[in-house]
Amino acid sequence: MRASFLASRNLKEIVRDPISILLGLALPIAMLALFTQLGRQVPNAAFKIDNFAPAMIVFGFAFLTMFSAMLLAKDKESSFLLRLFASPLSSADYMTSYAAPMIPLALMQCVATFAIAFLLGMHISASVLLATAVLLPSAILAVGVGLLMGTLLTQNQISGVGSIYIVIVSIFGGAWMDLNLLGGVLASIAHALPFSHGLEAARAVFSGDLSSIIPHLIWVTAYAMVVFVLAAVAFRRRMRA
Amino acid sequence: MTLTDLSAIRTTDITKTFADRTAVDSLNLSIEEGELFALLGLNGAGKTTLIKMLCCLLTPTSGDAVLLGDSILTDPNAVKQKLNVSPQETAVAPNLTLKENLELIAGIYGSTRTEARSLAGEMLESFGLAERAGEKAKTLSGGMQRSLSIAMALITNPKILFLDEPTLGLDVRARRELWRKISALKGSITIVLTTHYLEEVEALADRVGILHEGRMRAVGTIEELKTETGRDSIEDAFLSLTEQGQ
Repeated sequence: MRASFLASRNLKEIVRDPISILLGLALPIAMLALFTQLGRQVPNAAFKIDNFAPAMIVFGFAFLTMFSAMLLAKDKESSFLLRLFASPLSSADYMTSYAAPMIPLALMQCVATFAIAFLLGMHISASVLLATAVLLPSAILAVGVGLLMGTLLTQNQISGVGSIYIVIVSIFGGAWMDLNLLGGVLASIAHALPFSHGLEAARAVFSGDLSSIIPHLIWVTAYAMVVFVLAAVAFRRRMRA
Repeated sequence: MTLTDLSAIRTTDITKTFADRTAVDSLNLSIEEGELFALLGLNGAGKTTLIKMLCCLLTPTSGDAVLLGDSILTDPNAVKQKLNVSPQETAVAPNLTLKENLELIAGIYGSTRTEARSLAGEMLESFGLAERAGEKAKTLSGGMQRSLSIAMALITNPKILFLDEPTLGLDVRARRELWRKISALKGSITIVLTTHYLEEVEALADRVGILHEGRMRAVGTIEELKTETGRDSIEDAFLSLTEQGQ
């Protein structure tokens, strides 16, 4: 109950910032429209709407990382977090209240992107619901990375590190090309990172290859768990510092 | 009844060491219930470190403090439920309205949503902020943000309130208005005030503690401190007690 008050506040802080909505929703949707159009001119399987719509959702999740990281860092730097630390909230309450508001935002990203994809010609069926569920672990991972960054870094540092993170998600997530085209070490790095696995799990839903979903999800979920444990440890240390 | 029985805050040899620096050094202090105690010291004297330990934000290296019967070491959650703090920087949620800021703090201290709404309404009225209840906190002037910050600290009905430089950067009128509000709390809440404004201490404090290099140099009323140092003003007494090399 106590954490729900802070979770509600965190959600309001994000949705009342128009830049958040612009970056988290409008940018991925604009890119979806742009590259889907491009895909009609230049044959590239990655830009086929069934492949590209989930790719833009995973890309959009990187902004959840930025939202959660910036909110936490801003609170930390403004003394607001000091006020909260003096309250009876536990570290688990904090983690929950900073992470939970991101889930409805992630769902909004999924709904909005699939709705635009439908307008652009994607065949929408019940598989969209399954794809949304399959994408949620990627959203949770993104939020965990944000909480870790927000705990460890300042707002200025997050601007830089966050930009690099978005580029990494973008390149190694497999949104723009078949990752095997990267070749050698880069392809191995891309496959070792979780981003492409989240996307491949969603793509498997649309291709009907349901048996390959679970291995990809295990990969993403394992990363998410490790990142959340690291974020929780860092946050507890921060509370006691 | 002994003095100890009346103590809202009692520290016993409380010490905090950072690497090779001792920020607070074996400090013993007793603050009575309902007292407004001003904590003075130069920058780096250890005031913020002491307050952070009393608020359970820092663990002492050694020693302990008991706040209204509960130890900061063994029962920090019970301690936290009894106190609130208005930090030095204005600590409000900028994109929330004034009412939402107040409801947030009431909620995280355990009020239900209905109770939080009711308490927020009362605080807005008593701090003269009701007319701007629906405006975002970031639109307020510095003075009003300070008022909101203190209202957020009071909405939980704390038994002990820590005010860290509450009037820093305010104009004369806003400062006097806040003094009036703080004065109205005297007697009902134990208040620990840190400030660099000595006229604020003269206007508000029941007793004063002067910290210097992590040690409590003197504790007493303003008159007692003047007598102890043989000086005519609190400023001269403060300077005398915080001279380098003492």
